[in-house]
Amino acid sequence: MKQLSIFIENKRGTLLTVLNVLKEAGIQIIASTISDTQDFGIYRIICDDPERAFIVLKEQGITATITDVFAIQLEDEPGEAARVLALFAEADISIAYMYSFLLSGKGILVFRSSDTERTKQVIKEKSLQEF
Amino acid sequence: MDVKSPYLHPEYETLSREEINKLQTERLQETINRCANVPFYAQKFKEMGIKAEDIKSPADIRKLPFTTKQDLRDTYPFGLAAVPLTDCVRLHSSSGTTGNPTVILHTKNDLDEWANQVARNLWMVGLRPDDVFQNSSGYGMFTGGLGFQYGAEKLGMLTVPAAAGNSLRQIKFIKDFGTTAIHAVPSYLTRLYEVMQEQGVDPRKDTKLKTFAIGAEPHSEEQRQRIEKMFGMKAYNSFGMSEMCGPGVGFECQEQNGLHFWEDYYIVEIVNPETLEPVPDGEIGELVLTTLKREAMPLIRYRTRDLTRVLGRACPCGRNHVRLDRMKGRSDDMMVLRGVNIFPIQIEKILMTFPELASNYLITLSTDNDNDNMTVEVELAEMFTDDYARLQSLTKNVTRALKDEILLTPIVKLVPKGSLPVSEGKAVRVVDKRKVYQ
Repeated sequence: MKQLSIFIENKRGTLLTVLNVLKEAGIQIIASTISDTQDFGIYRIICDDPERAFIVLKEQGITATITDVFAIQLEDEPGEAARVLALFAEADISIAYMYSFLLSGKGILVFRSSDTERTKQVIKEKSLQEF
Repeated sequence: MDVKSPYLHPEYETLSREEINKLQTERLQETINRCANVPFYAQKFKEMGIKAEDIKSPADIRKLPFTTKQDLRDTYPFGLAAVPLTDCVRLHSSSGTTGNPTVILHTKNDLDEWANQVARNLWMVGLRPDDVFQNSSGYGMFTGGLGFQYGAEKLGMLTVPAAAGNSLRQIKFIKDFGTTAIHAVPSYLTRLYEVMQEQGVDPRKDTKLKTFAIGAEPHSEEQRQRIEKMFGMKAYNSFGMSEMCGPGVGFECQEQNGLHFWEDYYIVEIVNPETLEPVPDGEIGELVLTTLKREAMPLIRYRTRDLTRVLGRACPCGRNHVRLDRMKGRSDDMMVLRGVNIFPIQIEKILMTFPELASNYLITLSTDNDNDNMTVEVELAEMFTDDYARLQSLTKNVTRALKDEILLTPIVKLVPKGSLPVSEGKAVRVVDKRKVYQ
């Protein structure tokens, strides 16, 4: 799954600027997360067209990158996220960051792992469903 | 002229330090005597009780007053002349975009000595009378034109006053006249190379070029090396300033380890621009020059505002004339933070070593809770990661590298590319918001 990561300065209005650029380009945001540190933020977005979003942002001089992340589809029941994460923990894979969202009644878990190859392996072995 | 000798003026170029000191002492005394004809200096010397015989060594120059560019402006046009105007044969003037222009006068001997300095430099980098020298520098009031013209002719080279610009004609001259050496500003050489490529001219095969003299605009070691690699030939750094004469004052030898400043012509001092006290060798300070041979317009302790440092004196080339580092910027840019002198160029130098960073940066000085702080905002070249930890460790590494350089811990902030103000021409790099200055 392609995720858009945007470097955000801690200044009033920067987030709005980014959102306006995406709005003008007709990009639809499916999920997003932003975390705050003292100096800057990284705004991470799952959207319908990350490549085009990256191009329009770049044209507007906004610093961004496209990152490969994993997106696992979960069953809509309690304990499902714990079950999936346990599989990675057992394989000695750590999670750099993670967020989740609901789409058409399905839970989606988005994360970047410490070891891409092993994560792929676990997904295959345990028949996890990628979004 | 012995074309096999590495020196054009061995009697001056190979002087020992003791001999240089002795010569400078004599010549400084002569200079002080010549200044008696200049009311500006005569009055200052009288007030300070200075006489030529008080000078026992070059270090005694510290007893003398400084001269500034403002003094040149205030005495415009001929107030600092030490000889009657009828003895002068040339003047060069600055553009005067920031006030009265400055005027520098020359006698016939001054022009001759100026040409000697330039000839010495060109000889030093291996040029001989059978070379063909193309001066692709502006002429007119700009001293890089006539300065190199007279110097190259003095050496005995066939000299082509090609002047600046018109690259197609430059290339035709280079090919038709068999040009072996060019003087130009470094940015022009990059342009010239592009045009050569467009024209299918390979400087290595299709020309006899072997040597460049570059100067008159600040450039980094990286830029010099780029030029050398492009053309496959040597480029030597030249220092000049119209207040001293023009080009000729300092030049790199074939070791390319600093510019030799000619101490038979100048007394070279490096001072702290705040305290005006001398700084130790190796430490950056303001270059202060005193002319030792000039007749028309001697200048005492002229504050050049250029920042540099002493790299050393003795050199494998056999010369002992002081070697200075390439100019590091202007003393007008110096910041004082918690008693430490810091120049933007020091910050810039460190930032440039991080490929993750772009070249735009802004230094802000502020007072927070009665502490003076420095914040360095620097643009990210690109979003090379989306990992906080890596961005934060970049911030940490930049902070540490800056601390090693300036001995204070700045607050480093990464900002997106394009977010810092870009001004036309000279970029604003320092904003001082400290209380004391408000």
